Amino acid sequence: MAHVELTTPMTEAQVRALRTGDTVSLSGSLFGIRDATLIHLFDRGRETRFDLAGHAVIHTAPNVRRVPRSSDYPAGYAPICVGTTTSTRMERFTQPLMTRCGVRVIIGKGGLLSGSLNAFSDLGGVYLAIVGGTAALETTWIEAIEDVDLDDLNPESLWRFRVRNFGPLLVAMDSHGDSLYEQVRCDAAAQRDAALASMGIRT
Amino acid sequence: MKLYQAAVEEVARALYIRALKQLPDDIKHGLDRLTHKERDAGAQRVLGTLVRNIQVAEETRNLLCQDTGLPIYNVIIGRDVEFDGTVIKAAITTGCRRATQEHPLRSSVVHPITRQNNHTSTGRHVPVIHFDFNETVERVRIEMIPKGSGSENGSWLRMCLPSEGVDAIKTFVIDRVLEAGGKVCPPTIVGVGIGGTSDLCMHLAKVAATRALGSRCEDEEGAQLEAKLSEAVNLLGIGPQGLGGDATAFAVHVETAATHITLNPVAVNIQCHSARRASAILSPDGIEFGF
Repeated sequence: MAHVELTTPMTEAQVRALRTGDTVSLSGSLFGIRDATLIHLFDRGRETRFDLAGHAVIHTAPNVRRVPRSSDYPAGYAPICVGTTTSTRMERFTQPLMTRCGVRVIIGKGGLLSGSLNAFSDLGGVYLAIVGGTAALETTWIEAIEDVDLDDLNPESLWRFRVRNFGPLLVAMDSHGDSLYEQVRCDAAAQRDAALASMGIRT
Repeated sequence: MKLYQAAVEEVARALYIRALKQLPDDIKHGLDRLTHKERDAGAQRVLGTLVRNIQVAEETRNLLCQDTGLPIYNVIIGRDVEFDGTVIKAAITTGCRRATQEHPLRSSVVHPITRQNNHTSTGRHVPVIHFDFNETVERVRIEMIPKGSGSENGSWLRMCLPSEGVDAIKTFVIDRVLEAGGKVCPPTIVGVGIGGTSDLCMHLAKVAATRALGSRCEDEEGAQLEAKLSEAVNLLGIGPQGLGGDATAFAVHVETAATHITLNPVAVNIQCHSARRASAILSPDGIEFGF
């Protein structure tokens, strides 16, 4: 159970060194992406000018304020509240994000499923869990909105944040086939009969 | 008393922002209770982060969660209130839009087919507005609930058979909590609707999910069932964020309605740990904000 500080972009070796239970803090660029962004990129053939190779994406659609462009606000947006949405809806996009864009790290809440776990093993990736619903805290880890692409999809644009010591994030799925979510799912399923028995139901 | 359009619009605007920024005391106390009982070290860390986030939101006057939700307004009209329902609905909608544009807030509302977002948090039939009546006091209570989608995606309805009895209801609740896992941002309030028609049953589940912690189902049979279910779901070990632990749910809440001789419907609707709501009471004495 180690704590690792990483700067983006990351190498495959850095990501493969992470194990479930480790914690990570990230500095550098972080890309915000979610349902509509992914649908447009992978289902509708849209392109992005951003290079995501070796980078981390976070499942988010932030609350922002439009402001005049300046060195503090290069994209013309000030972050108000940036938080993380449930990842599971976006399970089918893990493989294309990794193969077509070279993404190494997905940050979210709620976890991903076996297809993603296989992609992490095959290609060298991890899922980092943030505590969902703690956006006020998360926003304090974001220094600026550096850039934005596909902004016609706002708030589901492709955001580029500048972050420093973003975390701690929990390695919840690693490149060695381990998923904390899957462990908990199996353990919880094993408790089903006990929960029903507590209410007088025999299975 | 007369209910004025301008006052309702202003209250609707203020309530949306208030709900997004301040968590009710019953939820904060609920978090304290869960933290006190939690035996898993990792789950303790997650619960600590939830508490820290509430502090940061208050210190920075920021939103608790980025999900501004699907806006719901419940309007409870008391006795001797003179009002034009159509005007009140329009005033609430305008207040909701103004909160979104003036704060500004993320509009989380899109057209269901085109997926177009008009950046107002409003649209066809949105905000969701429910009217109800309370004959005892001369006042109007407006409650605002920004319902987040992580937990709203934890919504299910099953038309059980009468021959399956209450065991089917209990089993359905346990299985849906298992299915929801960490996706619904546990610890949650699990809302369960029992009886009525399919649409009323689903509505009851939402009413149950958004009830204050510590409140009790008014139907004694429902109250007994919610107590049993509350114990049972926390035996599953799903834990905060679905990463394991004791604190899967603050509580299970049940709401019931009479149903047809051949129906046995059960609905589940889940509320996340950021169980946000805000209310205002408009009376001859003025406007008082609360939860």
